[in-house]
Amino acid sequence: MWWRVGHEDHVGPDPPRSEWNCLLRAQGGREDSRSPCSRGRGVPRPACILVSAALKQGQVTPTELCQRCLSLIKKTKFLNAYITVSEEVALKQAEESEKRYKKGHSLGDLDGIPVAVKDNFSTAGIETTCASNMLKGYVPPYNATVVQKLLDQGALLMGKTNLDEFAMGSGSTDGIFGPVKNPWSYSKQYREKRKQKSHGILAGHDPKDSTTIQDPVKPFTLPSLTDMSKLCIGIPKEYLTPELSSEVQSLWSKAANLFESEGAKVIEVSLPHTSYSIVCYHVLCTSEVASNMARFDGLEYGHRCDIDVSTEAMYAATRREGFNDVVRGRILSGNFFLLKENYENYFVKAQKVRRLIARDFVNVFNSGVDVLLTPTTLSEAVPHTEFIREDNRTRSAQDDLFTQAVNMAGLPAVSVPMALSSQGLPIGLQFIGRAFCDQQLLTVAKWFEKQVQFPVIQLQELMDDCSSVFENEKLASVSLK
Amino acid sequence: MATPVLRWCCPGRRWVFAGIGGVSRHGRGVPTGSTSSGKRGQSSVAQQPLITAQKPRKGEREWAAVVGLEIHAQIASNSKLFSGSQVDFAAPPNSLVSFFDASLPGTLPVLNRRCVEAAVMTGLALDCHINRRSLFDRKHYFYADLPAGYQITQQRLPIAVNGSLAYSVCVGKRRSQMVTRTARVKQIQLEQDSGKSLHDSLRSQTLIDLNRAGVGLLEVVLEPDMSCGEEAAAAVRELQLILQALGTSQANMAEGQLRVDANISVHNPGEPLGIRTEVKNLNSARFLAKAIDYEIQRQINELENGGKILNETRSFDYKLGCTVPMRDKEGKQDYRLMPEPNLPPLLLYDSGSLPPGTDPQQVINIDQLREQLPELPRVTREKLVQQYGMLPEHSFALLNEVGLLEFFQNVIKETRAEPKKVTSWVLNTFLGFLKQQNLAVSESPVTPSALAELLDLLDRKAISSSAAKQVTDVKKGNPRAINKLIGLVRRATLGRADPTVIKEVLERQLSS
Repeated sequence: MWWRVGHEDHVGPDPPRSEWNCLLRAQGGREDSRSPCSRGRGVPRPACILVSAALKQGQVTPTELCQRCLSLIKKTKFLNAYITVSEEVALKQAEESEKRYKKGHSLGDLDGIPVAVKDNFSTAGIETTCASNMLKGYVPPYNATVVQKLLDQGALLMGKTNLDEFAMGSGSTDGIFGPVKNPWSYSKQYREKRKQKSHGILAGHDPKDSTTIQDPVKPFTLPSLTDMSKLCIGIPKEYLTPELSSEVQSLWSKAANLFESEGAKVIEVSLPHTSYSIVCYHVLCTSEVASNMARFDGLEYGHRCDIDVSTEAMYAATRREGFNDVVRGRILSGNFFLLKENYENYFVKAQKVRRLIARDFVNVFNSGVDVLLTPTTLSEAVPHTEFIREDNRTRSAQDDLFTQAVNMAGLPAVSVPMALSSQGLPIGLQFIGRAFCDQQLLTVAKWFEKQVQFPVIQLQELMDDCSSVFENEKLASVSLK
Repeated sequence: MATPVLRWCCPGRRWVFAGIGGVSRHGRGVPTGSTSSGKRGQSSVAQQPLITAQKPRKGEREWAAVVGLEIHAQIASNSKLFSGSQVDFAAPPNSLVSFFDASLPGTLPVLNRRCVEAAVMTGLALDCHINRRSLFDRKHYFYADLPAGYQITQQRLPIAVNGSLAYSVCVGKRRSQMVTRTARVKQIQLEQDSGKSLHDSLRSQTLIDLNRAGVGLLEVVLEPDMSCGEEAAAAVRELQLILQALGTSQANMAEGQLRVDANISVHNPGEPLGIRTEVKNLNSARFLAKAIDYEIQRQINELENGGKILNETRSFDYKLGCTVPMRDKEGKQDYRLMPEPNLPPLLLYDSGSLPPGTDPQQVINIDQLREQLPELPRVTREKLVQQYGMLPEHSFALLNEVGLLEFFQNVIKETRAEPKKVTSWVLNTFLGFLKQQNLAVSESPVTPSALAELLDLLDRKAISSSAAKQVTDVKKGNPRAINKLIGLVRRATLGRADPTVIKEVLERQLSS
């Protein structure tokens, strides 16, 4: 709705031209906060391509696919993965997709493919809560750019998925709709799950985002990686921390060896400022949160309290009622860092440290490294009961270790599941690419994915096992809150 | 640069003014204006004699006042600064509010090119240095008319800095002499306007209209180089004329397109600057000087009675004619300024720095804008003085009334009469008539052609000046004067013209 009136132009400052001449930087959706909080990772599952082919060949219709999906969602309701299931919308979209396929006018590879979108992405006409009381009942009048792009490609929107309130957390445990259950073991946390669901890589230009890169992006297909000898994989030594579980460490080594045995160059590199990245991120992130959340005042949209004694009283009560501890804690921290007397020592200092962190990566990539290989998490998913023993902030600090330095540096990264742990839970590894080199990154990730042949989850067994226990679980999960 | 010369100002006042380059030491309390007061080093103040308006009464100290201004001008653009909503001041409430203006979660700002051009043009007109790179910040505070809880502004690195605004005041015993003063322009920044709030005390509620929220503003910060209300008003007036000539703002104070905040302090000449107060929302041209002078006097009275000035924010109560403390602004606000993360640095170019192959639609070229700058009021006045030999005061008067200059120029085109005569007639008789009838130039029943013709007749001595004045009498609505006029014309035509015909002709001319 912010189309220009009249003939005025909006000025977009010329960005520096990328010396790599690569495609656009991957951007995840960033609805509520800028870079430190946004993560653009995730990989289109290969199954998606198979399904797409099946749709094209008429082996399955979009409506059939949609209905199967909806049925599966119903059966796995106990996982608490969805906040809203947009059944009607999805079926209508399926109908339209089917019409297109019949005419041979499919919109592309995503036409008719079911997708779900995390509930902190605006979806027009569909409730978007951010798992917060502040936005319960809030129905946006517009689609987030990433959502619009998906819909323009014909994807079917199945619903909105669960998250930590305003995505603040690392285990999808702290939203108002309760924790998400790990489908790999319904009583355990599947930490990877929210990472795969929530962030899609979008190589793209968003004219509504003034910080979007101006270079044009062409949709690309991923080639097969044939010549490994030209590839250089970097292993950052600072990521080998004492807290890293032996299983993850061993898989990490295994992966490095795999690349080496195929002819790639695998070298140890150093990112010296790694140990500062968590605290740097916390200062900058909470500062931005404090700022971005200032708009939630109960006036224009969202929750408003009943108090009408004064505007200030209304603000205070609305925000206390609307936000959970985690969100309020971050807002308070952020405001502290932004106070005049603290700004230089915290915010500016963190910005300087951030530059050093980013420079670490630049130096490493300049030395000939193409892609970095690191763990994604410290260990496999821990049980929910164990997870909630530490508070949100501590957990986030621990668990974000490997993945948030890339946010500081503005680099594309992707997490690829590698193998199941001895407990049968997934463990994945992270690949980090050069700025604007999404294609190269994804090519390497795709090759790796093909090599490790990570098992597909067997949902049928899970549902048969769990559905009988489901009723009891419902009671148990309530008492956990 | 400010001239360290003694000035005589505000005749009839008790206080006295030292050179504006005078006081540089940071004294007790908060100096008026900003850190730039340190730049005003002038060591010779003590030697300069002081002029007093009248003999100081016994025990009375001499006072000097300094006034700095923060002027907000709404940019004349079709759409808002960061969104595509239309800019229109007469629309129904909340009818021009985009998702971004309402601060819906997930919406992002996109900068309006026209607003940037307006800022650059204004900066060039005020002899500013245009920053090739400027930054946007967020200024946080909670208020109902600020949906996002912060305002996007340019505090750290604004688009233009270090300029000057030349204005004129009347001085001398009979205020007949025009002198030029200068106020330094500290900076010009782009920022968002807030919405409007209407307080409904009857129902204990506040109504919010967001039509104005997000409209582009140019904030022009003038250093505390002015010393009284009259100077401040003259500076504001000149800025108004400049903005109107550029087309960057309509700058109509009555419609809220130009708002002024004043920073005022008093001190004894030769001593450091006093504690300043901020007087906000001086939105009437009429009351601007009054409010500032009132505040100056209030501070003097307070200090003379042994009181202290608080570094506070006040507003001017138009009904009571005095400044009052603003309740909301008690206690210092920490705006928690932070860089706006959703806007990259604003980069501007000139012909020399333009990278080859750049799309001209994507950049702003300062040199190009400079070439396109329209004539500034100062230049127009100089030309008038040179071309027509009029006094500077006359050139000011011609530019001071909307449409008057054009009227004058049209008369000049069509008449053979001397420019000095035209000037005199336009400024005295014609303008006087309009004022009396409370008409704008655009509403004038007398056209330039009519006046031109009248002046021709006068010039040919076909009619006397008194007769000419009577024409205007007729215009003013005195029909009997026409008979006198007929008589005059008859005489001029040596009795040959037919009275009926004369009457017809005259009536036709007069009614056109």
